[in-house]
Amino acid sequence: MGPTTVLDEKAIDRTITRISHEILEKNGGSKNLSLIGIRTRGIYLAKRIQEKINTIEKRELPVGVLDITMYRDDIFKLKTPEIKKTEIPFDVNNITVILVDDVMHTGRTTRAAIDAIMDLGRPRKIQLAVLVDRGMRELPIHPDYAGIFHPATSDEEIFVKLREVDGQDEVILAKPQ
Amino acid sequence: MNWPHKDLLGTRELTREEILLILDTAESFKEISRRDIKKVPTLRGKTIITAFYEPSTRTRVSFELAAKRLSADTVSISQSTSSATKGETLRDTGKNLEAMQPDVVVIRHSMPGSPHILAKALASCIINGGDGAHEHPTQALLDLFTIRQKKEALDGLKVAIVGDIAHSRVARSNIFAMKKFDIDVTVCGPPTMIPPYLEDLGVNVEYRLDKAVADKDVIMLLRIQKERGGVMYIPSTKEYALLYSLREEHLQKAKPDVIIMHPGPMNRGIEISDAVADGPYSVILDQVENGVAVRMAILFLLLGGEGEK
Repeated sequence: MGPTTVLDEKAIDRTITRISHEILEKNGGSKNLSLIGIRTRGIYLAKRIQEKINTIEKRELPVGVLDITMYRDDIFKLKTPEIKKTEIPFDVNNITVILVDDVMHTGRTTRAAIDAIMDLGRPRKIQLAVLVDRGMRELPIHPDYAGIFHPATSDEEIFVKLREVDGQDEVILAKPQ
Repeated sequence: MNWPHKDLLGTRELTREEILLILDTAESFKEISRRDIKKVPTLRGKTIITAFYEPSTRTRVSFELAAKRLSADTVSISQSTSSATKGETLRDTGKNLEAMQPDVVVIRHSMPGSPHILAKALASCIINGGDGAHEHPTQALLDLFTIRQKKEALDGLKVAIVGDIAHSRVARSNIFAMKKFDIDVTVCGPPTMIPPYLEDLGVNVEYRLDKAVADKDVIMLLRIQKERGGVMYIPSTKEYALLYSLREEHLQKAKPDVIIMHPGPMNRGIEISDAVADGPYSVILDQVENGVAVRMAILFLLLGGEGEK
């Protein structure tokens, strides 16, 4: 069986719209909110949420970029660890940080991201928004906003494609051959 | 790309791509030193020994801060506090250090090739922190990082290196590294301080300072290596200063956005005037700041990942 589409372009857009509304609802508006996208695709999702919230609330939230490589727990097991820049052009102290990632799986990336943000200051809150929650958690971490919950087994792969990097918007599930 | 080396012994054996990987990785580490909390957990549990058998301020502190900011543990030994004074050979010292399971040994030694001896004898990663008049790769890499930071690209630049070229490991490592790029390198100094093989490396030689600095993007100054007999090659330091001390008047001949570099320690009034050292074209302290990020990158690339060692 070949790969199946989990979300198409329209569904991704609707999902991001819903997540944006949920973020505003849960935080009672957009005051003191900042978005931090986890490299690579989390950045573009964060920027899309920023655009949606700007349309709804007429406020442009700051967006930061986080590379979690320095905080990974498997850094010595990777064949080619590649470190890219972290660029967070705002003070994280006393604000609510919305951490944005494409796929939530084991929770290890989120753990690394939380540690990385804590090293930059003391946010009032950190919340997590993901496009796809594929289950199979290895740490007690859960998203505050999940676009879709789509359980996948360990030999299946979820691929999030975004037009900014992949030329098209699609979430696909690839099963083993 | 993959980092393929166990050790960092010189810039001579690095490719252009490997140099760029180090510089790009260093870009990512630079912001850590500007944070309130200057520490990331990347190299937690790794041990780094700095063994400096020659005096050092910058390089040793830079390596130790780089290691500590990556959460590695550091131990340092120096000539006066080591058993070398009791007659132990370098290889034996190395084997004994290795028995305590360090992950990296940074060595500075007056004998060229010392790091290479350790690299062969030990399983730990060896970094050359300067071996005699041979190589000082981390200095050249931080110099290239600083040049790229100020000039945005390395290819097409014109660089003058002025001073005691014959005894300078900084000059040699820089020449090896710069020739991996399309950089035009001119060395300048008294004829006795210019070694004969330089033309083979594709380097121009100029004996007059005003000619050497003409139209240059970068002027790098070097001190006279007294500990390697440098003063024996010139009639007097006063005459040297007269002919080779970079003063403001020379800068008019260089490019209008020229940068002035010096690996330190500076001998003010000999190879560089106060006005130039403290002037607007000087990037000498940027070099020192960038050194920490570049050394973090090198430690990370040597230790991070399984690679193909």
